[in-house]
Amino acid sequence: MEDESFTDISGKPVSLDCRNHSNFCREFTVSSAKISIGKVLAYTCCVWLLAYAVFWVTENTAVLSSAILITLVGMTLHIHFVKVDHESLLVIGSLGIQVSSSYASGRETTTFIEMNKIKDIVINEAIYMQQIIYYLCVLLKDPSDPEGASSVVPLFQSSKPRLDCLVKVYKSCQEILSKC
Amino acid sequence: MVLRIFFPQCCNQADSGLLVGHWMPGHDSAVVLAVIHYPFIPGQVKQYLQQMRSQSGVELSVLGSWSIPKEGQEHMESFLRDLSTIFPQDCWLQLSRTIGKMGFNCHVIYQDLNGSTTSCKAAKKNGKIKGCDRESGEDNEEELGDEEKMILIHYEQRKVMQSQLHPIEVPDTDPPSELREVFQTVARSRPLFFLDRYDDGPLKSTHWQSQGREASIIVELLKQASVPLCLLISWLLSKWTRICNFSLFNLYPLRFLSSKLSTCDQWSYRTEHMRTLSSVKPAAGHTPFMRKANILVSLLVDVALGVLLMSWLYRDNRISIIANALLPAADHVAKELEELLQWLMGAPAGLKMNRALDQVLGRFFLYHIHLWISYIHLMSPFIETILWYGGLSACLGITFALSLLSDMVALLTFHIYCFYVYGARLYCLKIYGLSSLWRLFRGKKWNVLRQRVDSCSYDLDQLFIGTLLFTILLFLLPTTALYYLVFTLLRLVVVMFQGVLHLSVDIINSFPLFAVGLRVCQPYQLAEGVKFRVLCEEPGTALHLLMEINPLKCSAVVQRYRVPTYSCYPKDSWAALVKKLFVGELIYPWRHKTTKSD
Repeated sequence: MEDESFTDISGKPVSLDCRNHSNFCREFTVSSAKISIGKVLAYTCCVWLLAYAVFWVTENTAVLSSAILITLVGMTLHIHFVKVDHESLLVIGSLGIQVSSSYASGRETTTFIEMNKIKDIVINEAIYMQQIIYYLCVLLKDPSDPEGASSVVPLFQSSKPRLDCLVKVYKSCQEILSKC
Repeated sequence: MVLRIFFPQCCNQADSGLLVGHWMPGHDSAVVLAVIHYPFIPGQVKQYLQQMRSQSGVELSVLGSWSIPKEGQEHMESFLRDLSTIFPQDCWLQLSRTIGKMGFNCHVIYQDLNGSTTSCKAAKKNGKIKGCDRESGEDNEEELGDEEKMILIHYEQRKVMQSQLHPIEVPDTDPPSELREVFQTVARSRPLFFLDRYDDGPLKSTHWQSQGREASIIVELLKQASVPLCLLISWLLSKWTRICNFSLFNLYPLRFLSSKLSTCDQWSYRTEHMRTLSSVKPAAGHTPFMRKANILVSLLVDVALGVLLMSWLYRDNRISIIANALLPAADHVAKELEELLQWLMGAPAGLKMNRALDQVLGRFFLYHIHLWISYIHLMSPFIETILWYGGLSACLGITFALSLLSDMVALLTFHIYCFYVYGARLYCLKIYGLSSLWRLFRGKKWNVLRQRVDSCSYDLDQLFIGTLLFTILLFLLPTTALYYLVFTLLRLVVVMFQGVLHLSVDIINSFPLFAVGLRVCQPYQLAEGVKFRVLCEEPGTALHLLMEINPLKCSAVVQRYRVPTYSCYPKDSWAALVKKLFVGELIYPWRHKTTKSD
């Protein structure tokens, strides 16, 4: 078990946790940075100041209570659907690859890809906004065409670690895949 | 080569015995289904397995031995090895547990065809027996390479047996999926699980056991009782179909009328559903079964809501209150419309209209309103009776009541529809005239044969007349457009209301209540896939994984199990609708009778 810190594409710190469950079963967890309290404060202040300004004009107290509601609902939705706490990749030799991401509220989404559907794991390039980034992805086999890949499943989609972290994950994944 | 053993969780604490299961062909994996306990007579075990094989269609075999430590059973090594000769297998598993350890110890013995036995250590054993040669064991592992590896995957037998992996139909081109085969094997070996723990037979075994025998007896009784009911319903349905097929009902006006009434639609739809439900044959496969169950549950909910509505409606004389309120409301609407027309006939919002045309149109519509009001007043003595008998339809389901309401609204607002059609036709005529005259104005014409605009040289008279007409039409357009705009808005309100009614009827008809309930109460039954969790972290044991079932997402459940029905979503996109409104084409309530394919 080792814990290393890397940065993601925008320079924020992420940490990679490799766990060796067995010599053909490894788990990689990329944890992204927690929500900063300053950011939460800033957003809340913005909404509330705005609501207070509207209240100043309209003198209607419903504006203030709706602002509180909006803040609460917005935060709940954010931690439940948007903010990903950590993403993990479980590679089990000869069985398959499991990709899961858990949100800040504790919700977890998991998909398991069987080994006979997997063609390979590769590092790919993509154009993202105005820059080119690298990402790790699983290539799925195309049943009709043995050479081609039918689709691509991107990994670590929300934490987006940099190339040095991806290379490390890639190497140990390939090690397992080549064994089985 | 990594050996994968799927092991049921209910056998974790089972007494020592034989592992019964199935070797997956093509994959290096075995599914353990049950443990048959000592003491047994090998012949009986073989006979039992043979019987189960023929019942379930699964190639059941003895996979190996299972031992759990107990007093007085220390030296079983040789006995276990001897067992493998009684039940000859290519590969003999020896699973055992040690006290104070979570993980299992696994041994695999490969028996060659020539009879020589090679044993290899699957997991790094760390019991007392092999404790001394840990080091050499690890060295050995390096030499033996791939054969060393083994994964024990624990699964919950009940959940795996009852769950249905999605997507249900897999294209043949896909490679065979191991997990799908595991699910199928466990589901098909259901006869194996009928052997009860308390049965006094020669064999004792541990596996998943149904706890609800009594409930299943009730279910069986219900199934038996439903057969005559189904027969009765199908007989009634056949009679009904024969009545419907009388030639009298297929005459033009009746057929046209029934195609326009949403109650008739709902009726035919419900008949079709009842036909599906009342077939005596049990549903073959998962999809027809879910379809039947969804239809049944939505039917029951529909009827229950309808009865609730009825109990509300027929209490405290509410029908007559509604009927008495309806007439003044219609009068009020008519009065408002009259005022609106009077306003339009003057100078609405300060616009100066063409006075003559304005007056003509206004009088025309006023006369219509007058006709309408006399029609309502003529109807007024019967409205309460109509409502009373119409309310009875709610006992067939709330969808019927809603459809009837939609039809009533359509009939009661017929004048608005008429106004709209007149206005739209006039407006449409003007727009067409203007567009063709505009082409004349530019020296072009529409070529019907080639479906395009050609240039054309007009005579001077033609140009003069055309331009004159164009000017007249252009100056009359605002008056017509104003009437059109007002009545279109009125029509849109009615269409919206009817659309909401149709939408709610469609939702009640097609919402897969049973599937959603199953997803909420027993999420494992509708599986999207599986997820694995690493179970025990003890060094020196084989990798233990827990296989959990990943339930289908709720949105996917609704999408997958939606009962196919006519869709009442807008046929046109919003842009197309706006274009239609602008050109003056007629719009209808948003429904079209194409069955939505699933």
